[in-house]
Amino acid sequence: MAAVKFEQAMARLEAIVGELEKSDLPLDESLKIFEEGIRLSKNCLKILEEAEHKVEVLVQDKNGKKRIHAYSPDDEADEPSS
Amino acid sequence: MLTVSELTGLLRTSIEEQFSDIWLEGELSNLRAPGSGHVYCTLKDKTSQIRAVLFRSSAVRLRFTLQEGLQVIVRGRLTVYEPRGEYQIVLDTVEPKGIGALQLAFEQLKERLAVEGLFDQDRKKPIPAFPRTVGVVTSLTGAAIRDILAVLRRRWPTLHILIAPVQVQGESAGRKIAEALAALNDWGSVDVIIVGRGGGSLEDLWSFNEEIVVRAIAASHVPVVSAVGHEIDVTLADFVADLRAPTPSAAAEAVVPVLAEVVERLRELTARTGQIMSRHCAFERQRLDAGVRGVTDVRFRLQEAAQRTDDMVDRLRELLQRLLTSGRERIHEAQRNLSGLNPIVVIKQGLATVPQFSKRLEGQMGVILAQRGHRIHAMLAQLNSLSPLAILGRGYSILHTVPAGQILHRAKDVEVGQELEAQLASGRLGCMVTRVFDDSSV
Repeated sequence: MAAVKFEQAMARLEAIVGELEKSDLPLDESLKIFEEGIRLSKNCLKILEEAEHKVEVLVQDKNGKKRIHAYSPDDEADEPSS
Repeated sequence: MLTVSELTGLLRTSIEEQFSDIWLEGELSNLRAPGSGHVYCTLKDKTSQIRAVLFRSSAVRLRFTLQEGLQVIVRGRLTVYEPRGEYQIVLDTVEPKGIGALQLAFEQLKERLAVEGLFDQDRKKPIPAFPRTVGVVTSLTGAAIRDILAVLRRRWPTLHILIAPVQVQGESAGRKIAEALAALNDWGSVDVIIVGRGGGSLEDLWSFNEEIVVRAIAASHVPVVSAVGHEIDVTLADFVADLRAPTPSAAAEAVVPVLAEVVERLRELTARTGQIMSRHCAFERQRLDAGVRGVTDVRFRLQEAAQRTDDMVDRLRELLQRLLTSGRERIHEAQRNLSGLNPIVVIKQGLATVPQFSKRLEGQMGVILAQRGHRIHAMLAQLNSLSPLAILGRGYSILHTVPAGQILHRAKDVEVGQELEAQLASGRLGCMVTRVFDDSSV
């Protein structure tokens, strides 16, 4: 799931910054996780940019079949507004 | 004269007319609910009791569960059960005394589900930090959906929102809400679900206290945030949800962070990694420079040390040479000293003197021997004159016994017939004793 991937990527990125800040890593180790961090941050930005605002309505017809249609505020009322 | 049936019929008519609609207060006891769905019980106070029946059609409308000992206010009509000639009250409504029926139902269900563990903290799932798709179970027409959409859009403009529209009040609302929760779970890509509605009366919010809704929330694999009514309204849905939000707007705030802040955080982290890395590189560069300097220094020091070593080796060699030379000299000297004391030389010298001595000895011995020779000759001549043999020369003889050779001095030492030997000056005679003259008497 994309949300989980993003959450893990952010967590890993935070961890990488933490590790780099401790500065007791040898240079080659630092470079390795630095590259990982840059890759993660690019991926995170990509995930954020790719997302597209969508509001949809999930309905089931009489046969129990689910379908989706775009939401518009004047959608049919199911109840008197409270 | 009346028959039992006629009398019972008359009483029934009379009673039913007189007590067609009465309110009654009492304590429930002897509750029985056989398979028919009708409920039989007794209503009593301190001194009296009356049989009561709640037919199935009325029983199903009860929100709460009838319990033994419960104080109730009932409404109904009196009738007579003719087969037994007993009067009883047919109950139309039953209300708990002192507390609303809904309130009682709420408490009863809450207790039952709590015992099952449905509200336990360790059942609660964490709400994802960055949901991509948020499901919403609520009415499309209420204020709740508008509030939720507004907040979600403001915080995370690119969020995917999937609404499962439901009635949130009325007879079938509970079932519809439960179905919508299941449908969003089945859809697969939903990260978190908000379920709720705007404010209303306890009756309006009742669906969110229904067991079917509570169980649907508990069964949801997707984390559920409840948002029912206002802050003061608490429903069983709130107890079972993974997170309770006081209002629909608050629920929307709870499920998504502010995108701009996340992007900012991401940029900041990226920038930080870059800064840390370049600082690290600069630091390593300095260490490298220092290292190179160090290596150069070391080379100089090594050369210097090598020179000093060569120097020392030379000096050592010289010193050694001197020691060797002086040692050798001392040895020679010692050898020279020692040679005077050599035992072989001493012996040789000693041996050389031996022949001289022996010569001298030989000379001396000759003289001595000659002197001795003269004396011996003189003494021999002297001795010869004293020899008995010389006396024999003058006509004497010597007698010996045979074979013992003893010289005879006395005649009595021999016997007649004994053989003797006579030594003459020249030659010997064998003799036989013929007579013995012992002249000792003479």
